[in-house]
Amino acid sequence: MALYSEKVMDHFTHPRNVGVIENADGVGEVGNAKCGDIMKIYLKIENDIIVDVKFETFGCGSAIASSSMATEMIKGKSIQDAMTLTNQAVAEALDGLPLHKMHCSVLAEEAIKNALKDYYDRNNIPYDASMFPDCEHCAHCE
Amino acid sequence: MQVYADNAATTKISSVALQAMMPGFEAVYGNPSSLHSVGQEAKEALEDARERVAKCLGCEPREIYFTSGGSEADNQAIISAARLGARKGKKHIISTAFEHHAVLHTLNKLEKEGFEVTLLDVKNNHNITAQQVADAIREDTCLVTVMYANNEIGSVLPIAEIGAVCKAAGVPFHTDAVQAAGHLHINVKEQNIDLLSLSGHKFHGPKGVGALYCRRGFPLVNVIDGGAQERGKRAGTENLPAIMGMAAALEDACANMDTNMAKVAAMRDKLIEGLRKIPHCALNGDAVNRLPNNVSFCFEGIEGESLLLLLDMKGVCASSGSACTSGSLDPSHVLLAIGRVHDVAHGSLRLSLSEYNTMEEMDHILTVVPEVVAYLRSISPVWRDLQTGKREYIL
Repeated sequence: MALYSEKVMDHFTHPRNVGVIENADGVGEVGNAKCGDIMKIYLKIENDIIVDVKFETFGCGSAIASSSMATEMIKGKSIQDAMTLTNQAVAEALDGLPLHKMHCSVLAEEAIKNALKDYYDRNNIPYDASMFPDCEHCAHCE
Repeated sequence: MQVYADNAATTKISSVALQAMMPGFEAVYGNPSSLHSVGQEAKEALEDARERVAKCLGCEPREIYFTSGGSEADNQAIISAARLGARKGKKHIISTAFEHHAVLHTLNKLEKEGFEVTLLDVKNNHNITAQQVADAIREDTCLVTVMYANNEIGSVLPIAEIGAVCKAAGVPFHTDAVQAAGHLHINVKEQNIDLLSLSGHKFHGPKGVGALYCRRGFPLVNVIDGGAQERGKRAGTENLPAIMGMAAALEDACANMDTNMAKVAAMRDKLIEGLRKIPHCALNGDAVNRLPNNVSFCFEGIEGESLLLLLDMKGVCASSGSACTSGSLDPSHVLLAIGRVHDVAHGSLRLSLSEYNTMEEMDHILTVVPEVVAYLRSISPVWRDLQTGKREYIL
């Protein structure tokens, strides 16, 4: 049995939306090198719509695939829609992840939320802080 | 092209070993413990295998005990020495920080029973010295257990010197020689080794079989209780085909050792020289006292599992000590023990060769590894931070 689904392997070997957006409207980075995965998401937002998204990931195959899939799922969507993206949805879209790799999909969700939070902060848009998870202190890296 | 470069994990069985096993399945099917002629024929094959393994290690046949593999041999050796020590009131054991888990986990268990364990530091040269062992020996030391060669980073330990230190101090000496047997010259008498573990499948023999050398007179404690096989020290009907295969493989490996290892070392050196050119990398393990077949590097800014998956797609089977490949959240304890910080330990690559590899395969590895490392760095935010000065290079 293969370690990963075909979808995961496809997104891992041909990741969509890899790169950097210069002058991005929101940037989110989660994870740390100590635990072996870091995701960085760049958003370009016009009229509340995510018109472009790019990512960079340091991590395992499922971390790269999760970031790729997550960026595909929010591209062209409203920021409100993007806020509702869950890690389960990312994992399902990848036809599942091994149990011990589910945190990779969590990182993808958090990276996007982190970038949206950055966008809100930059534009002084009020928000409910409880909507944003605190990656730095999650149990995974401890 | 598919290149198998994970021979420290396991090797392909040799035709010599496979052929040697076949009679053990068909013609010589008896139980060596049976009194009848069919059983006695099996007994003869078993003792013949024992003699051949003994010859390769420089010991007597009666000092060889067949086991299910290296882990069982390690467990039995350490537990036996610990029980003997406890009877004399000695409950201190010396080992190293980069042992295999078969040793470390057994030591952990003994610690819970009240033993004290000193793990020697391996940061200097990614190795230990006999002096470190000498300095650590105490009145109550009942065992020194250090590996012959490290499975992840290839350091070869000064076994003869350590053996001499132990002999002078009267402390039993065990070595986990799983990566060394069939690859390096071993002589348990000359090297003053009391207990030694080896595993069949690391030198083109079959899996599921190993051996424990135990110096005559040293009291072994059973790990598996039952029948009187293996002089009463390891119960269970002997896995005769595997034992025959292992004996043939070891004999073959020892007979051709110098030729094979010269060939393998030349390939290893080519890889090390070529991979060193990748910026911000570091060789893991002792650069001088090194297994002929081991290449181990850390590459900064990338993670090992994605590296392995991409290499596999380009036909290179290798391994890594990253957390994602170790099945835990921490990278390999060996890489941490030699002083690699988590950040770079995640980006490790081990290539382990055998005489079945070719120089053409090394060229292929040297083409694809730099490509894959460069690609993964190009999508890594860590690498970007390193390049833009937001993060400082470690390597």
